[in-house]
Amino acid sequence: MIRTTTSSPRDDRATSRGSALRALQVRARDVRLHGWLFVLPALAAYGLFVLWPLIQTFKFSLYLWDGVAPAQWTGLDNFKTVFSDPDLISVLEHAFQLIVFFSGIPVVLGLAVATVMQRLAPRRISATARTVLFLPQVVPLVAAGIAWSWVLSTSGVVNQALTAIGFGGVTRAWLGDFGTALPAVGIIGAWVLLGLCTVLLLTGMSKIDPALYEAAQIDGAGAVREFLSITLPGLRQEIGVCVTVTVIAALSAFDIVYISTRGGPGNATMVPGLMIYQLAFFNREVGLASALAVVLMVLVLVCILPIQWLTRKASDA
Amino acid sequence: MIIARRTRLVGGALLVLLMALILLPFASMFTTALHQSGTYPNGLDWPSQPQWGNFGAAFQAANMGAIFSSSVLIVIAVVPVSVAIATMAGFALGQLRIRGGRLVFLLFLLGLTLPFEGVIVPIYYEIRSMGLLNTRWAIILPLIGLYMPFGIFWMRAHFLTVPHELSEAARVDGATTWQLFWRVHVPLARPAVSSLGILMTVWTWNQFLLPIVLVDDPLQRTMAGALGAFQGQWGTDIPLLSAGSLLILAPTIVVFVVFQRHFVTALLQGSLKG
Repeated sequence: MIRTTTSSPRDDRATSRGSALRALQVRARDVRLHGWLFVLPALAAYGLFVLWPLIQTFKFSLYLWDGVAPAQWTGLDNFKTVFSDPDLISVLEHAFQLIVFFSGIPVVLGLAVATVMQRLAPRRISATARTVLFLPQVVPLVAAGIAWSWVLSTSGVVNQALTAIGFGGVTRAWLGDFGTALPAVGIIGAWVLLGLCTVLLLTGMSKIDPALYEAAQIDGAGAVREFLSITLPGLRQEIGVCVTVTVIAALSAFDIVYISTRGGPGNATMVPGLMIYQLAFFNREVGLASALAVVLMVLVLVCILPIQWLTRKASDA
Repeated sequence: MIIARRTRLVGGALLVLLMALILLPFASMFTTALHQSGTYPNGLDWPSQPQWGNFGAAFQAANMGAIFSSSVLIVIAVVPVSVAIATMAGFALGQLRIRGGRLVFLLFLLGLTLPFEGVIVPIYYEIRSMGLLNTRWAIILPLIGLYMPFGIFWMRAHFLTVPHELSEAARVDGATTWQLFWRVHVPLARPAVSSLGILMTVWTWNQFLLPIVLVDDPLQRTMAGALGAFQGQWGTDIPLLSAGSLLILAPTIVVFVVFQRHFVTALLQGSLKG
């Protein structure tokens, strides 16, 4: 009945719906505009203190400048210095050596510790260990550096323990010895990053379907086989994240090195971050410092992008 | 069953050993802090007469009260502003989906892996030309900018998970963009916002590079920056240095223990997303 007799209200409703739609469309355009107002403050802060300095770093890297006198254009000379000066090359080498400690130890040891925590230890101890392992991630790196300088010093705990078990002969100032200073700094970094990696890997492990392990056991797989065929592939993404975070930490290490060795003895522990600081603010070689900064930033990207690509791609497959 | 129990015991023992190793530097610092000031004690050695007064002496020597309030001031200036503008931008990029948003997001993403050392030199000259060297603003303003990539990444990820129908429903009810943001989305974003706030608080507290480059006076610095200066001044007096370091790292440990659950999830998600 209504269908046939009340056709006009129906038209009304249609037109009013049309105008409401139009009004929404107009509003949508306003929204897009308003949306930009929401991004603007963040963009301003970012532009002023990241993008603009970033452009400046690239610009400075092409000049010879002591920070005071007018800058002189030198083209790519600063970059040639970075890749030919033996001191600067060794600085880049140190950064890569630190990766072994900052990434290698936390990831490998983290896998072992996470396995123990998840499958082989009483739950309460695992929970406590989680908290304790995370602690170094929270305290200032400066404090970690001070504590470890003391642990590794001549009369520190390490030497105390070595003497106690009869290895008094190998005791030394670990951070002051040309041969051991860089590995010692690396150990500090490993101590800081182990907890983060362990807990990350642990979270990943808890997401792996337990049925997979049951199936493997029925097929007669041993613990090693289980680990290689189920755990490791299942953790691909988490391992990728661990490696990414720790590689960035290794390449851009600053706080720990500044506090524990200041780059010494000699240049044995000099790393890019500290070198940039020294060159720019003590040697007054702003151009060279900026060139090293550009190299450092590119290096980080060159190391990170393949890792991201590999782990993301693998997890999609 | 017996075998399982035995492996559990071994596993537990291994973990206890590992915890001892992790805590060792703190323990060593603690026993050292209790020795006579100016002496050169052994690494791990409980003193016959614990000098609890060292903590008071370090508090005085480092002017800890002033450093503490300086750090708090910096945190108060940095964190709320950073969280607020990152939340707004994340909302626009994740929920409003503004035109050109993808490009803006990529621009922010560029800064995500950026080491601070990459931009510290120009920031120094920029801050100097603003006449802000040796003031707390020299730490506050750059930090807000430097936190944007992560903050926006974090908040955008949250806003992407909120169903778009919610915004549409609020729109039909006549909400303006601001009301939509403030009344509908901010209350829902509270967990993400508080995690971000905790993370930024600790990062600010522990920030070292900016203070040592931009601010000479330890009393205008963050805790970590001041600790660097303290080490330079008292580096030879190991007990006093240990006591001072413990005082400076104590607040972060307290924050960690109180907000532990928040903290671990925040840091984990932070690194997973990053």
